[in-house]
Amino acid sequence: MEILTHLLEGFGIAFLPLNLGLAIFGCLLGLFIGAMPGLGSVNGVAILLPLTFLVPPTSAVIFLGAIYYGAMYGGAISSIMLGIPGASTAVATTFDGRPLARKGMADRALVAAATASFVGGTISIVLFTMFAPPLAAVALVFGAPEEFALMLLAFATFIGLGGDDIPKTFFSILIGLVLSAVGLDIVSGQPRLIFFDIPGFFHGINFLVLAIGIYGIGEILWTIETSHKGIEVSQARLSIPRFVDSLRSLAGTAKTMVMGSFLGYFVGILPAAGATPGSLMAYGVAKSISKDPDSFGKGNVDGVVAPESANNAASTGSMLPMLTLGIPGSPTTAILLGGMVIWGLEPGPMLFIEHTDFVWGLIASLYAANLFALILNLAFIPAFIAVLRLPFTILAPVIFILCLVGGYAPTQDMHDVWLMFLFGVVGYLLRKLDYPMAPAVLAIVLGPLAETSMRQSLLIGHGSPAIFFERPISGAIMVVAIVLLALPLIRLVRRAVRRSADA
Amino acid sequence: MRQAELVLALIMGLVSASLMWKSAELPVGWIPDEGPGGGAFPFWLSAGMLACCVWILIRWVRNPTGVAADEGPYIAPEARSQIIVVTIALAVMIGLVHIIGVYGAVPLFLVFYLRGLGRHGWKLTTAFAVATPVVTFFFFEAALKITLPKGYTEPLFYPLYDWFM
Repeated sequence: MEILTHLLEGFGIAFLPLNLGLAIFGCLLGLFIGAMPGLGSVNGVAILLPLTFLVPPTSAVIFLGAIYYGAMYGGAISSIMLGIPGASTAVATTFDGRPLARKGMADRALVAAATASFVGGTISIVLFTMFAPPLAAVALVFGAPEEFALMLLAFATFIGLGGDDIPKTFFSILIGLVLSAVGLDIVSGQPRLIFFDIPGFFHGINFLVLAIGIYGIGEILWTIETSHKGIEVSQARLSIPRFVDSLRSLAGTAKTMVMGSFLGYFVGILPAAGATPGSLMAYGVAKSISKDPDSFGKGNVDGVVAPESANNAASTGSMLPMLTLGIPGSPTTAILLGGMVIWGLEPGPMLFIEHTDFVWGLIASLYAANLFALILNLAFIPAFIAVLRLPFTILAPVIFILCLVGGYAPTQDMHDVWLMFLFGVVGYLLRKLDYPMAPAVLAIVLGPLAETSMRQSLLIGHGSPAIFFERPISGAIMVVAIVLLALPLIRLVRRAVRRSADA
Repeated sequence: MRQAELVLALIMGLVSASLMWKSAELPVGWIPDEGPGGGAFPFWLSAGMLACCVWILIRWVRNPTGVAADEGPYIAPEARSQIIVVTIALAVMIGLVHIIGVYGAVPLFLVFYLRGLGRHGWKLTTAFAVATPVVTFFFFEAALKITLPKGYTEPLFYPLYDWFM
């Protein structure tokens, strides 16, 4: 019952005029960002975070949460109309969304995507509301060793479950952590890694410099290259009777929606997994449980519904560890977590005690944002299709300028703008060679927290690392983390053994 | 792709090594009863980066797969010149911010991009080149009180400061 009281209080905050307005505006902006080929929630949140310094933290996080949601809805639009995923999270939506559009049933695919997103969002927020308070209560007893173990676990999931090239994933995590160490040593206060004695390094490297570099500048360079070929926008016939007909035909996909929602939510909680693999897995499961698996890839509505319900559910799932444990479940929530630090909040379970208005205002606003995103999405389908025809040569320079100003705003130092430019270009070049970028962004956000908790633990343990294994909770988490880290090695050895057995 | 993989792994290896060297300015060893010194965290992480680069290089030589075996071009040839032009234009814009400020560099960049690269009409170009700095000014300077760099154009803004700040 306590949860319901908090939730009601949260709705009181979410429905304040400023917050409600920001939620609606955020949804609309998110839908546009998601609909743009190449740009997704993480780009929108990274580039627009500096703009939220204008409003209080609760309003800021409500706005960014709404962008996150809106972008998950919007991603489907370009997947269906262009056959190009609006964001990586909507890759699986192209598999059946595009064939449906080719058959002249684009409207049916768009309505299915929006409805599935709504179901995924709603189920996952209910799950979130139930799970978050007990998990936060458990996390309250965590000390420095448990915090460090959790962070190690977050990085280990990238190695064990991320599916990217192993040495390149390791490299990405490590470089993010090293960049976070620049500035003053947190224990002794001595300057550290001040390259060429440039004074700009003394205040450290703000995570936004890396995030905007990679997700702003790097992403646009990437999109310029990949969208160089001409694109073809499908036609959508829209009318009220067709719309009602589409909605009615969705009744048969209810099972797929519920499956996608639960799967997406639980996959979303894992830091390395998140919405992209969650939606791909949901697509795979939907195909395998379908009575007609052969129609998948040729325009089956279930193939649109499964990934779309999963990616929205995953985006809520990734907020669970962010709010309760202070460990982000996705690159977007990593940026939100960094934002909380800028706003002067300490991420972690204490939020549920000290900043109830922030936590419950955000949770309640997610219910609202989900509904607004559905309504706006269905109402403005023609507008979003028009956006897809917008030439990239208008959008790109505007985003570059947002990056310039956004990179400058947090520290007000041109040094950081140059660094952001450097990270953007290098990030683009590395990404072309399959270096994953999300681990680096997660690492630069968690780096200072990881180092502090590690060194505090070692101080408690008088310099002995045994402290991480002696305490039951941190010991258990450490073991899981080590198993995940060793997973690729085990696979490598097994393959080598098999090869020698074959030979 | 294959060459780029080698070159980038070598460069990143050098970066890792120099990060190790730089970290070693602080104690990297174990301080009794206290734990690692101030430089230990970045030192060993950079060592790990170097190890990753060596791993990538060994694989490049012995058992290339994926991008390491891809003989195709690193950047799509039809987009290459545009990527280079955009990157240089960005660097020039950031450089110009130091001299003529945000409100000088941003319109110039927009005119170059919209008119030069995008081949859009003058009407649209001018609209963007004028509206973007105006919106930026009101949002950042007037509402957020974040003073953006203005270089030598600073004196021109004194009357505006009096009105809006």
